[in-house]
Amino acid sequence: MSVPRFWRRLKNLYNLIGTHCKKCGGFFYPPRNMCPKCRRNGVIVPFKFKGAGEVVTFTIVHSAAKDYAKLTPYILAIIKLDEGPRLTSQVICSHEDIHIGMKVKSAFRKLGEESDRGMIYYGTKFIPVES
Amino acid sequence: MRDVAIIGVGCTEFGELWDKSFRELFVEAGVSAIEDANVQGGKIDALYVGNMSGGRFIEQEHLGALIADYSGLASLHIPSTRVEAACASGGLALRQGIIAVASGYHDIVIAGGAEKMTDVGVETTTDALAAAADREWEGIMGATFPGLYAMIARLHMHKYGTTQEQLAAVAVKNHHNGTMNPKAQFQNEISVETVLNSVMVADPLRVFDCSPITDGASAVVLAPAEIAHKFTDTPIYVKASAQASGTISLHDRPDITTLDATVAAANWAYKMAKTTPKGIDFAEVHDCFTIAEICAIEDLGFVKKGEGGKATESGLTALGGKIPINPSGGLKACGHPVGATGVKQAVEITLQLRGEAGKRQIDGAEIGLTHNVGGSGGTAVVHIFGRDR
Repeated sequence: MSVPRFWRRLKNLYNLIGTHCKKCGGFFYPPRNMCPKCRRNGVIVPFKFKGAGEVVTFTIVHSAAKDYAKLTPYILAIIKLDEGPRLTSQVICSHEDIHIGMKVKSAFRKLGEESDRGMIYYGTKFIPVES
Repeated sequence: MRDVAIIGVGCTEFGELWDKSFRELFVEAGVSAIEDANVQGGKIDALYVGNMSGGRFIEQEHLGALIADYSGLASLHIPSTRVEAACASGGLALRQGIIAVASGYHDIVIAGGAEKMTDVGVETTTDALAAAADREWEGIMGATFPGLYAMIARLHMHKYGTTQEQLAAVAVKNHHNGTMNPKAQFQNEISVETVLNSVMVADPLRVFDCSPITDGASAVVLAPAEIAHKFTDTPIYVKASAQASGTISLHDRPDITTLDATVAAANWAYKMAKTTPKGIDFAEVHDCFTIAEICAIEDLGFVKKGEGGKATESGLTALGGKIPINPSGGLKACGHPVGATGVKQAVEITLQLRGEAGKRQIDGAEIGLTHNVGGSGGTAVVHIFGRDR
C-alpha cells in the first residue's frame, strides 16, 4: 500500500480509533463516516476502542501475498470487539491454542515491510488475554 | 421490457494457455459464439466485456476498445464496454447485455468475459485477487482469498458440524464432472484422500479445495426473444437476471456463513421467473472454494442452512442427483478465469438446455440457474434460463 494511503490511516491502525454514531449508538471499526443505519441523519464522531474482544473465526494462512510471505504460517482472524464491531486482524499465539471464542486484546505490532530499506508498516494485532 | 434470448454461445478451452494472449482468447470465444448464432459481424449493436484485473494481470486497461478493435469492429464504431465486479465481472457483463436488449436500446449484443492470469507470477496473482476484498482493512492485515473463505469454512464447521470430508466431496464431484468436459482445465478424477492429503493453503482449505489460476474466455450472443428463431432453432430464454450487493468485507457480514447478497439476488430472480428453488432443474454455482459451493446451495435455497455438506456427501448434487450442481466441473475443475466465469456458466446452461452437453448431459433439463459471486460476497449475480419462453 502506498505511503500516503497508509499514513492517512495511522491513527486508526495504531490506536484502534474508529467512529461512533451519536444518533443511533452504533460503533464502527473500521471507521465509517456514513452511518449505515441513519445515513445522512447520523452524527459521526471519532471513538477509541478499548481493544478487548473475542475470536469469531480464524484460519492459519500458509500461502500469502508477497509482502506477507515472510510471516507464514500466520493466524488470520475475525475479532468481535466488546463494543460490537468486527474486524479482520492477526492473532499472535500458538497455533494449538487459537480457537473460536478465545478472549483477545489489541497489541501494537509490525504488519510488514516493503524491503530491507523500505517503509515498515505498524498496526494493531491481537494477543490472548491471559487467564 | 422485452424478453431476451441467448442465440449463440462460445468458449475457449480453459487452462494455462501460454501461447494465447488476452485479446486472442476473447476473439476466439466471440467468434465461436457469433458462428453458433449465425449472425454477421455487421449486425452486432454492442459489446460487453467482463474482466476483473487486466491492469494487474496484463498491464492493460481500456479493454472495451481493445476487444472491439481486435474483433474487427473498430470501423463500425459499435459501443464496447468493460464491466468489472471482481470474480462476478462476467455475470455482470452478461446482465448488462441482457438489460441493453430488454430495454430496447440494442438488438444484437455480445456479452463476454475473459481473464489472462498466467502472464504474472502466483504472488502477483494472489495480490491482484486480494483486491476484490477491502484492501485497507482486510488485505493490509494479511487476508488472502483462500484465507477469507477458510474463515467461512471454519465457522461453518463449528456451527453446523460440516467436515473436511464433506468439503472434499465438492471437489471430488466437480472433478468427476470435469472429466466429461473437453474444455475443462482438469479432466481427471480425484478422491477424498487426494484432497485431504494436499498442501494446506489456509487451514482448513487445502490446495484441492481451491479453484485454480486459469486463462480463458467465453461469450454469448443475445437477441430479443421475438426474433430469436430467425437465428436458431433452439434459443434459450432469460427468465430472470438479478444482481445484489453485500458488504465488501467478510467481517461486516451479518452472518459470516451466509452470503446475504446471494440470498437477495436469488429471491429477486425466483420472483422474476415466477419460480422457487424447487423449480430449478440444475445450476452452475460459484465454487471458487469447496466451502463456497456448500454455502451457495444453502443460500440459493436448494438445501437448508447448514445441510450443504451432508447433501453433497449424499450425492444430492451429483450429475444423477436430485439437483445437479456444476455439471461443467465448476470453477474447481473447469477452471476460473475470473472475468470469464460468469459467462461460461451461462454457456454451460445453454448447452445443457439445448441437449448438447455430451457425456455430462442432464436428462430432461428445462430450467437452469447460474450464480456468480464477486469477492467474499460483495456482489452476487443470479440468472435463470429456460428452454421455453
